[in-house]
Amino acid sequence: MAILTQAEAQAILKKALGFSKADECEITLNGNTGGNIRYARNEVSTSGAEENVSMSVESRFGKRSGVATINEFDDQSLEKVIRRSEETARLAPESPEYIAFLGPQKYTITKEFFDSTNNVDPAYRADAAAKSIAAASAKNLTAAGFLEHYSNFTAKMNSKGLFAYHPSTVVDFSVTMRTEDGTGSGYVTQDYSDISKLDTGKASQIAAEKAANSRNARALEPGKYTVILEPAASIDLLRNMFSNMDQRAAEEGRSFLSKSGGQTKKGEKLVDERITVYSDPSNPEVPAAPFAGDGRPQQKVTWIENGVVKNLYNTRYWASNKGAASIPPPGNTIMEGGNQSLEDMIKSTSRGILVTRLWYIRAVDPQTLLYTGLTRDGTFYIENGKIMYPVKNFRFNESPVIMLNNLEALGKPQRINGSLIPPMKIRDFTFTSLSDAV
Amino acid sequence: MKRRNFLELSALGFGGLMLPSIPVFGDIVSPERMLEQVDPALKKRLADVALNTAKSRGANYADVRIGRYLQQYIFTREKQVQNIVNAESFGVGVRVLADGTWGFAATSDVSDKGVAKAAEQAVAIARANAKLQKEPVQLAPVQGYGEVSWQTPIEKNAFEVPVGEKADLLLAANAAAMDNGASFVNSALFQVNEQKYFASTEGSYIDQDIHRIWPNFTVTAVDKASGKFKTREALSAPMGMGYEYMNPKASEKINGPAGTGLVGYRYAYDMLEDATLAAKQAKEKLTAKSVMAGKYDLVLDPNHLGLTIHESVGHPLELDRVLGYEANYAGTSFATLDKWKTKNFKYGSDKVNIFADKIQPGSLGYVGWDDEGVKTKKWDLIKDGTLVNYQAIRDQAHIINEDESHGCCYADSWSSVQFQRMPNVSLAPGREKKNVDQLIAGVDKGIYIAGRGSYSIDQQRYNFQFGGTTFHEIKNGKIVGPLEDVAYQSNTQEFWNSCADMCDESDYRMFGSFFDGKGQPSQISAVSHGSAHTRFNGVNVINTARKI
Repeated sequence: MAILTQAEAQAILKKALGFSKADECEITLNGNTGGNIRYARNEVSTSGAEENVSMSVESRFGKRSGVATINEFDDQSLEKVIRRSEETARLAPESPEYIAFLGPQKYTITKEFFDSTNNVDPAYRADAAAKSIAAASAKNLTAAGFLEHYSNFTAKMNSKGLFAYHPSTVVDFSVTMRTEDGTGSGYVTQDYSDISKLDTGKASQIAAEKAANSRNARALEPGKYTVILEPAASIDLLRNMFSNMDQRAAEEGRSFLSKSGGQTKKGEKLVDERITVYSDPSNPEVPAAPFAGDGRPQQKVTWIENGVVKNLYNTRYWASNKGAASIPPPGNTIMEGGNQSLEDMIKSTSRGILVTRLWYIRAVDPQTLLYTGLTRDGTFYIENGKIMYPVKNFRFNESPVIMLNNLEALGKPQRINGSLIPPMKIRDFTFTSLSDAV
Repeated sequence: MKRRNFLELSALGFGGLMLPSIPVFGDIVSPERMLEQVDPALKKRLADVALNTAKSRGANYADVRIGRYLQQYIFTREKQVQNIVNAESFGVGVRVLADGTWGFAATSDVSDKGVAKAAEQAVAIARANAKLQKEPVQLAPVQGYGEVSWQTPIEKNAFEVPVGEKADLLLAANAAAMDNGASFVNSALFQVNEQKYFASTEGSYIDQDIHRIWPNFTVTAVDKASGKFKTREALSAPMGMGYEYMNPKASEKINGPAGTGLVGYRYAYDMLEDATLAAKQAKEKLTAKSVMAGKYDLVLDPNHLGLTIHESVGHPLELDRVLGYEANYAGTSFATLDKWKTKNFKYGSDKVNIFADKIQPGSLGYVGWDDEGVKTKKWDLIKDGTLVNYQAIRDQAHIINEDESHGCCYADSWSSVQFQRMPNVSLAPGREKKNVDQLIAGVDKGIYIAGRGSYSIDQQRYNFQFGGTTFHEIKNGKIVGPLEDVAYQSNTQEFWNSCADMCDESDYRMFGSFFDGKGQPSQISAVSHGSAHTRFNGVNVINTARKI
């Protein structure tokens, strides 16, 4: 019963809500089913399949709130979970940040559920791993990879008349290929809502090629370099920036968007004017849920337009407290780019470094969003428009804000971790030391 | 998706925690329910059903883990309790060896039928995977221990302390910080109880009751005029203890270096005292001198050094990593078998003695038996600077010519398959009597670093960069004032070879990681790292200040 239809979910939620005696009650039903396969040293190491449905109930008496969850759905269990949440609510302190549940909402319908992904079976997973391992064996490489896929649904109903339902599917695939002598390593990662777009054999060729070409890397002096960041390299740094665009933190003075005098940088130019970032749950390449966790509708929201900060997200409490527009955190991130391919960007580079992946990224200073981390699994030196040779990995210390001010060029956006991000060419990217790691 | 929810903590201001999100397993239950125990006789009967079913289906070996995992997390900010999570997860995991291959299946249906079905599935999976196996699994022998039990030696079960009392302590710490000039404070108390029953066809029935606790906070100071803000994290450690850790004791405090006001906490934490100092230090950081980049001698506090040990010694000596099983995610290791085989690979200076264990009282790793029924012990990883051993479990021991497992196998849930996890990894204190002021007295140009900060290391564990919570400049043997914008970058082997001196046993205390991640799908584990204050010479320090 892991993936309930809208009618099935609605029926269970309605029945459960019928047991409520609280002032307000909101019930969320989540279900998922999926599987995974992991391989290393060119053989399968673990594989598994999982399935779960769970219900979470929040009951409120005045400003007191209590939560309970359950994964059984007979009448008795439904009543039990409602009562338990009510008991907890009665004992809870009053919340100074109370805000009433939302009433009925209008949601756009987004297509994030694909039968292709929902129908994956163990044989598909074994075959997907076998194709990837074959790509490694063919070139005397060692593959370690992981594929996982899920079908999910979320449904929500409350005593104020809100109802929301959204099904989705996703597959995540990644593989690292290493040369037998341990001097070369390559990586690829791909994710889709529709698994028919995934070809693990073909994707693995990219990792294989990078591994073979990254043998015997040369050492370059650390310093400031022009870099071409593939989307798999830039995504984590960018996400760290976008996930810090919280209005409250900015207004409290503890965010990179805070300014002297208690002001924020909303409305100011923060990065290069070619940078425009928005979220849109209806984008067919990176579809997302049409509502946020608290039931607020997700619509197209522009976060940065031509380099200027346009919107900050907030909680319903903070929005109401400050009289601001209520904007939930986004379900996806879409960064506009150009039409250039990665190859075009390499061709137009006189001297630079191509980065496949950044790893172990950690915040150094939240004030400036300075992050450190390392390049990994395919780092190459470019000269006069050509990849010349592999280079040893670097540690970087860089802020995505500084990086997006040092923009040279944007390529064609690609899907990465549920977002659309272009490859980007950045000047003066700060590498602070060398790493011997392969 | 596993049966776990993720509480996104980034919005709560826990920037310095070990993970961007805190995993919560299982269903939300009442605090009273958490005090219930499952009858061991029932667990033995169910375990026998699993083992007998597995054997009758052709397994050569089987183990079963019946686990009840309890978590209570309390989150507050300033004057307000933000969230209280009480979660319980109960189920059974069965692992078998059939046709020389592992198979694993788990179920939340804790009945004879449910357990038997999981055992059958595990055998079927092993048989299916056997076709892809190149070499049969070799298990190091282990003794059957019969019916035995073990409990974390706690004085006060944290789950028995009323939630209100615990929330009040956090709010009192918040008030102490706010009264001393903090702009904001977020605090949390994490409590975990694992009730684990392990049985195997080797003849063991092991009932264990394991407790862990971690109080934590982040204090933020904002200077509105300049728009600057700074944070100071708690100097607590996550511990394998009960609520007694929360009761301050003068005998468990170790004074930090003269001129810093810092206090080290051994087996009892004083949250109010630390929150008070944290607020003062967060404010002090707003105007502290920015470090001049260059080479410095570092004196590292145990609450800081723990994470450096974790990343640069703990992880690279995990045998599965060394062999390539973690290549796609966590990475591999520079500490390869050929280096170990030379018997003279100098990991560190002669002063460096690093041991692994699962037996230190108060540590997060302390248990009687591991998750494959191996009695826990202590062993050397680095002896007088030389690499001498790794961390290995039953199916790996033969690879490093050992005839028994080290006893460091762990699964984070009944529903996860157990695999090799880091035991406690600790730096032995010095033999010569020395306190931290005496250690600092020998340093001409140095930096004293306390507490956890930013940490990053490459996938083979060569190059790392660490920050900290507080920094103090050392000149001519004395602390002269606070510093900011400090991070040190080094190479693991160079760094440990620059280890010059350390304090004695009386200065030794533990730090830990409560949510250490490994594997795909990722599992967490908790692990401690003990050390005394230690000095490293000539380490490269960078300045991390930037303008945006």
